Amino acid sequence: MLPFLFRRTLGALVILFLLTTFTFFVFFAAGDPAQMSCGKNCTADNIALIHQNLGLDKPITTQYWDFLVGIFTGRNFSVGHCPAPCFGYSFATKQQVWATLLDRLPTTASLAIGGAVVFLTVGLATGLLAAWKRGTFVDKTFTSVSMVLSSAQIYILGPIVMGIFVYSGLLESPRYVDFTSGPAAWGAGLLIPWLVMATIFTAQYTRMSRSTMVEQLQEEHVRTAKAKGMSGRYVFLRYAWRGSLIPIVTILGMDLGSLFGGAMITEYTFQLAGLGRLAITSVTTLDLPMILGVLIFSSALILLFNIIVDATYAFIDPRVRLS
Amino acid sequence: MTTLTKTEDAAAPTGADPFLSVRDLYVRFSTEDGIVKAVDGLSFDLERGKTLGIVGESGSGKSVTNLAVLGLHNPRATEIKGEILLEGQELTGAREKTLEKLRGNKMAMIFQDALTALSPYYTVGRQIAEPFMKHTGASKREGRQRAIEMLAKVGIPQPNLRVDDYPHQFSGGMRQRAMIAMALVCNPALLIADEPTTALDVTVQAQILDLLKDLQQEFGSAIILITHDLGVVANTADDLLVMYAGRAVERGTVKEILTEPRHPYTWGLLSSMPRLTSDVTELLHPIPGTPPSLLSPPTGCPFHPRCTFKAEVGGTRCADERPPLAPGRASACHLTAEQKQTFFIEQIKPRLG
Repeated sequence: MLPFLFRRTLGALVILFLLTTFTFFVFFAAGDPAQMSCGKNCTADNIALIHQNLGLDKPITTQYWDFLVGIFTGRNFSVGHCPAPCFGYSFATKQQVWATLLDRLPTTASLAIGGAVVFLTVGLATGLLAAWKRGTFVDKTFTSVSMVLSSAQIYILGPIVMGIFVYSGLLESPRYVDFTSGPAAWGAGLLIPWLVMATIFTAQYTRMSRSTMVEQLQEEHVRTAKAKGMSGRYVFLRYAWRGSLIPIVTILGMDLGSLFGGAMITEYTFQLAGLGRLAITSVTTLDLPMILGVLIFSSALILLFNIIVDATYAFIDPRVRLS
Repeated sequence: MTTLTKTEDAAAPTGADPFLSVRDLYVRFSTEDGIVKAVDGLSFDLERGKTLGIVGESGSGKSVTNLAVLGLHNPRATEIKGEILLEGQELTGAREKTLEKLRGNKMAMIFQDALTALSPYYTVGRQIAEPFMKHTGASKREGRQRAIEMLAKVGIPQPNLRVDDYPHQFSGGMRQRAMIAMALVCNPALLIADEPTTALDVTVQAQILDLLKDLQQEFGSAIILITHDLGVVANTADDLLVMYAGRAVERGTVKEILTEPRHPYTWGLLSSMPRLTSDVTELLHPIPGTPPSLLSPPTGCPFHPRCTFKAEVGGTRCADERPPLAPGRASACHLTAEQKQTFFIEQIKPRLG
């Protein structure tokens, strides 16, 4: 297990490095950030000054080297010291990138965890029920409802739900309150985003868990268990469910990875300051340090979840454990 | 042979009830393409301690019949008619709870491919112990003990260690042994072995068949041995049922059928079997054509489109009239007894060498 984790971590670091390098150099092909922050009526002197302040006057390779070294050792800027892991200062807000990321993470993480709890419980419960009752009215209802819901969009569903529940005063308007300053307020503020975001995921998990369960129930080893006299429920929960875990965990890992990296549409729809919105803002303002920061951070989270999923396989499937 | 005294159609019991009695069994699946008549009016009996071989091509209804005995067909897509009596107890239409108590306990099944038929997620020991614990109420420890005992019985070395292995850590032959151990863990009175040796190489095949015979002597189980390999049946079974297109076309003792087969389909099966003693230049004689679609089986005798002797019957009788299977030693064919004998001796026997 340990060599496996070591190898995977090493691989993830290589991917991160390549991603960073690529983004860094592509960025400079996109335009001049000094021009952006200076505005329309900008003199050449002003631009030169901004270049100097942002360190853009140095050769690109030097800038890149400084950036990489800074991540591990920290850097000194004219505005002050930036401790490791240092991703520099935002061009747009003049804030430290790392501090901004840490500031936005709790919102995104809360959104992801709460949403995942909702879509996992509801999605798997309905999926399993539909598989258990396959071919019946219950199954058909769940399947068709999830079909409709999975094609819904957050930016359409969001305003509708807000319109119904917020303006009638039934639920609180979405906002982020730190968990430590009150779990009730935290939950109340995120309830609508959780439910709306979870709707689409729930529908997907219903469909996926139903179909993998139905597939598993046709497996020969499931039939063998039945032939041994094991009860229908035992066969369903122990044999078929066990085999369904791998595909479900795979998709879940991918979903969690991208959710932790920022739910752009959800955050935008509900005006929540998470990593997803940060990504959009930094790209639209050509904020290089912030773009790199968000990218590395989100990619690292996705890679981390991938490694977790692969490690989970070993617990689920003994055939993976030994090879 | 006392086991073969019943007619194909008549349900009238004669003398003592047989251990397992299948009467006029129909199994039909509804699929998107239509109704598949997988088993079409099948009857047979089996006594305790005896082995019945069922042979036939793929899709002849061998496995379907036996899955019906265990009640393993999906009731929503399957229509089962007829009687399956296990010691007088009706199994068709029996409640799921009733069947659960019988499966793995009084009747057990060995499946063809142990790699796919055993769950990859649980240890061999656990999978063997499960039915034992369920049916006898044994504890986990007793179950494990029993699993070790069974593994030893089927010839797995170091059973106390191998009990904690997963199926993929076993070799093919060992997996099949483990599967047999699993089927026999509750000393079932009826053991259905569905092509138990097809996935194994020949040397292992012989070991597994010997093992089945030994265990049958020890436990006195009745065995249904499903196979498409007449060689397997020759050494193992007492009686033989040849199936084609969901029907029994010939029945008799193994010796009778192998030495004096009376149905053109059985002749075809025997002629298409390669022999070690025959010369390399000697051609095999496969049965022409392919097995019929069971969505729309041929009218009359289902074998008539492939039968090279249908002209001898004359007219369109083979295509119009379903030949009955008479009681006892019999074959469902319109040829007269004399014709069958003449054709076999003159045309078929020389091929068999």
